[in-house]
Amino acid sequence: MSSRLLSSALALTVTAIATNASAFCGFYVAKADTELFNESSKVAMVRDGNRTVITMANDYQGEPEEFAMVIPVPTVITKDQVHISDPALLTHLDAYTAPRLVEYFDDNPCDRRQYMRMETTSAPMMDGAAAEFEERTKSLGVTIEEEFTVGEYDILILSAKESDGLQTWLEENGYKVPAKAKRTLGSYIKQDMKFFVAKVNLEERAENGSEYLRPIAVAFETPKFMLPIRLGTVNAKDDQDMFVYMLTRNGQVETTNYRTQKIPTGEEIPPYVKDEFGDFYKAMFQTATDRDGGHGVFMEYAWDMNWCDPCAADPLSDEQLQELGVFWLEDGPVMEEKRMRPIRPQAKDVFVTRLHVRYDAESFPEDLKFKTTGSRDNFQGRYVLRHAYDGEMKCEAAAEYKAMVNKRRETEIKTLANLTNWDRKAIREKVEADTGFFNTRKTTPDHKWWSRIWSGN
Amino acid sequence: MKVMDWARALSRDPRHYQIAILSSLILIGLFAYSFRLPWWHVVGCVGATLGTQALADRFIGHRPFDPRSPLISALSLTLLLRTGSVSLSILAGVLAVGSKYVLRWDGKHIFNPANFGLVIVSLLFASAWISPGQWGSAPIFAILLLGLGGIVTGKAKRWDVSLALLFSYAALLFGRAVWLGDPLAIPLHQLQSGALLIFAFFMISDPKTTPNTRLGRVLFAALVATVGFSIQFGLYNSAGIILALILCAPLVPVIDHFSRGQRYAWPRFSSPFSAPHSEGDTHVLTPAE
Repeated sequence: MSSRLLSSALALTVTAIATNASAFCGFYVAKADTELFNESSKVAMVRDGNRTVITMANDYQGEPEEFAMVIPVPTVITKDQVHISDPALLTHLDAYTAPRLVEYFDDNPCDRRQYMRMETTSAPMMDGAAAEFEERTKSLGVTIEEEFTVGEYDILILSAKESDGLQTWLEENGYKVPAKAKRTLGSYIKQDMKFFVAKVNLEERAENGSEYLRPIAVAFETPKFMLPIRLGTVNAKDDQDMFVYMLTRNGQVETTNYRTQKIPTGEEIPPYVKDEFGDFYKAMFQTATDRDGGHGVFMEYAWDMNWCDPCAADPLSDEQLQELGVFWLEDGPVMEEKRMRPIRPQAKDVFVTRLHVRYDAESFPEDLKFKTTGSRDNFQGRYVLRHAYDGEMKCEAAAEYKAMVNKRRETEIKTLANLTNWDRKAIREKVEADTGFFNTRKTTPDHKWWSRIWSGN
Repeated sequence: MKVMDWARALSRDPRHYQIAILSSLILIGLFAYSFRLPWWHVVGCVGATLGTQALADRFIGHRPFDPRSPLISALSLTLLLRTGSVSLSILAGVLAVGSKYVLRWDGKHIFNPANFGLVIVSLLFASAWISPGQWGSAPIFAILLLGLGGIVTGKAKRWDVSLALLFSYAALLFGRAVWLGDPLAIPLHQLQSGALLIFAFFMISDPKTTPNTRLGRVLFAALVATVGFSIQFGLYNSAGIILALILCAPLVPVIDHFSRGQRYAWPRFSSPFSAPHSEGDTHVLTPAE
């Protein structure tokens, strides 16, 4: 419920920005928002050197007391490394990087399945049981490295000696761990990963009064540039969608153990798509993944954070970027130089890459591994509508123009059918109902070329 | 007769097979996998390797210019090095061929030229990098087929290195998976890397920079696999295997010292590319070949 309210509020903001955004790439009309993809997760990842800040949106919709998550992390994390973030940030980042020409745009806080979510069943622990609890934890080979409350979350950082002990501990403490997850937990333990375990602290939540669960941001230092997806695929039957927003100093980010490909872009499609851009984008993305076996890593956006063209939303401000964890803004030289098309002189030395990953356990057996490349090439998913002139046309060139427009519409129909796998006949019907085709049948007698020579005849 | 000579020459030198395969892979990459590879980068890199070789042949090697080896280096670089700057493509080409003349031991060049250019440029410049994921797993079968095809038809003279490398690397990956309790889908996925296969079949197999004996070559391949594996999983660098080759290359003279064997020479015959002077047997091997 709350996320819906949030979404529509943002959609209004975006529309307001959109109306005066124009540039050489065409007038901005709409954007394809992550809300289109049900149960998708959103993660922003800031990375420079080994320093990493991950912000995970929380799209959990159930009862807060039942919320729990377990995420493998590469290092022990202390209280000051965790921050509760503003969901609007990820929504803004999503809007800024969304494929252009989409009707509405929504926030869709973090992935449902990237982490394991389990129902908690245990009653709150009694004080007297504390010593016993500690003893039991130790005997299972589990160490509670850190324990703290940040915002509405109670957080534990666990390390474990072996998966049996960890699984037993989690079960005894009210986490229902799928049986199949044990092997994966064991693998992470041997790779020296720790476990970030969070539940909702109901008192804190009541105090801060927010309706929704806010994103959790974690800062740490590690040579491992990766996102763990294996626990999330353990029990999932369907495909999952994840949006990763990478913020780096150097340039584009790509996956090293899967191929990163670009979504089709720059195509001209029939103007009626304006009213169903969401469906278009979903169908296009589905078709693109189907052509690659149903899954894949797709780059939807890669851009210098200083500007955009056309803008689906303003670039993020310095304050917003810092909140997301961009830690190098202050130590860099202040860039006074004007960019080609500056929106406003604000963000600097930040390059954003939006990756849309559709995966399942079978096609993505390994966690996602990334690298920052030196490429600062800008890329965006952009789809072009061309409206024909529909006023009165009284000249020789009109016939030629109309024929050209009709030809163009034919091409647009073909392009749209190819991109989305939609039925060409159905598309044509919609085009005819929308703009239709020009009538190019001659209404005046045919002028042969010779009639111009001896016009007096 | 002329045509027969040409055909014989074309089929005898393994480098021709390699040039054909590498060129095809580049075309596949360009058209089927939309590699970010502007044509002037290819021209720049090929020009740089050929130019460096021509100059070095004339002033250092004192022998007729042969474009085949530098062409292979240029094609390998084109396949594996990604950069937005054409000057880095050119630099990689110059470094690759230049290393053959400058970094030598006992009459043999130490580093695989393309590997040297690739690693040095990608380590020194942030705007050049290696993209291990650029192939995905779809064309793996094709690359494997082409690589094995070379072995079967006898075009790959150093197939033992390729196979030893792949087997050692596979053993390490599977060993790791068993230790971690991971499903075997993970090491299988890790083996399906286009960059790994191209490296195994078309880079490490260069006869001029591998040990002279089969035993030496198998040992060398196992060493490269182990070092590459350690870099990849210990230091989390996805280009581990490519870095491993440049690190292990200086050990080739040591291996050659203990395991003595006949040094490899490219087939001697009148090739369509070499100058008229080379009448088959009179061709003298020069250090830079």
